[in-house]
Amino acid sequence: MIKSIIIAGFGGQGVMLMGKIIAESAMLDGLNVTWLPSYGPEMRGGTANCTVIVGDEPIGSPVVDVPDVVIAMNIPSMIKFEEMLKKDGIMILNSSVIDREPSRKDIKVYKIDANKIADAIGNSKVLNMVTLGAFARVTGLVKLEMIGKALEETFAGKNKKLIDLNLEAVRQGMNSVS
Amino acid sequence: MKMLMKGTEAIAEAAIRAGCRLYFGYPITPQSELTEYMAKRMPEVKGVFLQSESEVATVNMLYGAACTGKRVMTSTSSPGFSLMQEGISYMAGAELPAVFINVMRGGPGLGDIQPSQSDYFQSTKGGGHGDYRMIVLAPHTLQEAANIMGEAFDLAFKYRMLVTILVDGMIGQMMEPVELPEWKNIEELKEPDWALTGAKGRKPRKVTSFDLDPYELEKMNLRYQATYKRVAENEVRYEEFKIEDADIIVVAYGTMARIVKTVADSARKEGIRVGLFRPITLWPFPYERLSKISQNVKHILTVEMSYGQMIEDVKLAVNGKTNVDFYGRSAGVVPTPMEVLEAIKKIAR
Amino acid sequence: MATVDKIVAQMPKSLSKVEFSYCPGCHHGIVHRIIAEVIDELGIAEKTLMVAPVGCSVFAYNFFDLDGTVAAHGRAPAVATGMKRALPDRIVFTYQGDGDLASIGTAEIVHAANRGENITTIFINNAVYGMTGGQMAPTTLIGQKTTTSPYGREPKANGYPIRMSEMLSTLEGAVYIERTMVTTPQNVIKTKAAIKKAFQAQIKGLGFSMIEVLSTCPTNWGMTPIEAMKWLEENMTKTFPLGVFVDKTKGMI
Ligand SMILES: Cc1ncc(C[n+]2csc(CCOP(=O)(O)OP(=O)(O)O)c2C)c(N)n1
Ligand code: SF4
Repeated sequence: MIKSIIIAGFGGQGVMLMGKIIAESAMLDGLNVTWLPSYGPEMRGGTANCTVIVGDEPIGSPVVDVPDVVIAMNIPSMIKFEEMLKKDGIMILNSSVIDREPSRKDIKVYKIDANKIADAIGNSKVLNMVTLGAFARVTGLVKLEMIGKALEETFAGKNKKLIDLNLEAVRQGMNSVS
Repeated sequence: MKMLMKGTEAIAEAAIRAGCRLYFGYPITPQSELTEYMAKRMPEVKGVFLQSESEVATVNMLYGAACTGKRVMTSTSSPGFSLMQEGISYMAGAELPAVFINVMRGGPGLGDIQPSQSDYFQSTKGGGHGDYRMIVLAPHTLQEAANIMGEAFDLAFKYRMLVTILVDGMIGQMMEPVELPEWKNIEELKEPDWALTGAKGRKPRKVTSFDLDPYELEKMNLRYQATYKRVAENEVRYEEFKIEDADIIVVAYGTMARIVKTVADSARKEGIRVGLFRPITLWPFPYERLSKISQNVKHILTVEMSYGQMIEDVKLAVNGKTNVDFYGRSAGVVPTPMEVLEAIKKIAR
Repeated sequence: MATVDKIVAQMPKSLSKVEFSYCPGCHHGIVHRIIAEVIDELGIAEKTLMVAPVGCSVFAYNFFDLDGTVAAHGRAPAVATGMKRALPDRIVFTYQGDGDLASIGTAEIVHAANRGENITTIFINNAVYGMTGGQMAPTTLIGQKTTTSPYGREPKANGYPIRMSEMLSTLEGAVYIERTMVTTPQNVIKTKAAIKKAFQAQIKGLGFSMIEVLSTCPTNWGMTPIEAMKWLEENMTKTFPLGVFVDKTKGMI
């Protein structure tokens, strides 16, 4: 099994971190992973994206043409990556920002009101973790327990509250999709 | 324990573990994280980090530090590597060991900052003046990159040669789980018998790259050539992936090779038997082995993130025994698996 | 309905329509505008050649509606020298950051100034490398944290902030060198006067002129634009005092 995920949004929406946590939790679960960022001036103000691949076989190419999952946090990202998505692939949308439908009908679409859920938790920044929770529930590729560990690794040295806050966001994201 | 690391960080940490305590560098994308890692880490291990004023200065700082017989390194990206060529030629002439990391980006000129493999000629054929060579290693995963650092220093000292680790922006910027190599005990590293340390109780030593008497200079050059010959005989490294039954062998290195691994699998699903031959040492190039395996295949396809540089070595190796085709994109555009598969299908027809 | 009596602010003609790629609160844009206004006022747009550096202002050649090129990192003064020697009656200026001018390109700027090369240099000193993500520059202040001086710049390891204006003003060939900033409208007016004078010195064929503008980099300083402005005024001006360091133009322009 090898699954590829493209995560895209505005710089500042935390898409790189979301990708990193997915990669790290999968790694902690014993899987092979790669995380490949878009880099360069593209990051300044514009959109950012990363490609994460997880699998139980060795991973060759860190670049994908046909991702299994696309997580789009804004409209330009949805438009840019929709076309590439595999037939019957999964598209996770941040519906707080994306107020329209993808044009393809042969994909599975999940809408997450990420900003609203994050605001309700009391920190608008955790919208990426809310989305990550939804991703985990929908795909089953990463486990909550491992996400918790990955957050601990990532925020090592920061206060426990921050980790709890992020984990709570992941949980609520999981519950937001059925 | 495996850690999720960025390529630049994995390389930097592995270098420190391999006994490197002297790093000189100048920021340049897409490898500045390596420089920044060293800025933070070297003081922690009581090593030296120095940001130079330019790559011209960097390479000469390396020259000086290498004269003292210690493990020294720098990292840069294409435009910076160009500026280092003068110093590289001098270091090669002075038979100084050092490790260079070139995280290639699109060129020529200022180019861009996206991944590329267009510095192959510069590294393997000599970007500076004179009859010199440097060992060029091209890892294709972060684990391999981390493992190869120790080997790079060992080779540099064994042969008194420069070693370049040639990777690209993708390997520099991506993350992958890495099991870091063991720590080398730097106390155990022997001081070479040519090192300039102050002539206390011994005859003064000299390290230079020149002799105005051509016959003497020729002797020096013949010595370099003898070293290069020994390296070519003993240090060739490559990987073969599913080549046993292959009708088409793709030759690719670094990032391109890992993309081809994925492509080989998908081609096989479509009934095309594809294998990969991956040079790990770009110099010395695995001519002999490639020559041998090319006898039994219908096609060789060279795939590069350039408009065709390594293909010249591939053609030398194949020497007309079979067809050699090429597919490549450059300027920071990375060929996708699908494009490479198309290229393979075209020649399979 | 309001009618337009008089246009008080307008895009200078020498600026192109290309949108600036600078971060909010970055001073590069302000200085571009000033240069363009000066070129317009002097009426030299059609005979001016610009040399952009490698740094955040690498795109400057596109932001000005002038003939322009980009030099290799640090080499703009040498490129400008070549242009000026080939076309002595044109106006040639370089636009350079502190990494470009005060680090990798020190040899080129020193020798251009020393030759009294009849060019003008606009030097943007923001105490860091902007383009590459906030590494230490030769102009980084003592104690200032950057990504390559994570423990703060320490003189023993990294030397001291280099004062290029003071240094270059000791050279015979330099005819006008001034350091300014653009934090307030008054400062902007002063900077404009300085840049104008520098170009006038070139028009008169007097020799090398340079204006150093202390600038902000909110992004890599990790500050808001307002905080950055304040930090510049309170800290940078202590290490880099404003003023005229050499003026051999008196009575000539
Ligand atoms: C030979 C070479 N080395 C390094 C670089 C990478 N590089 C690009 S811009 C830059 C420094 C930019 O800083 P500065 O000149 O202060 O300008 P700013 O971006 O702050 O405006 C560096 C090191 C390069 N392009 N070429
Ligand atoms: S990084 Fe700094 S110098 Fe560059 S545009 Fe942004 S604020 Fe300006």
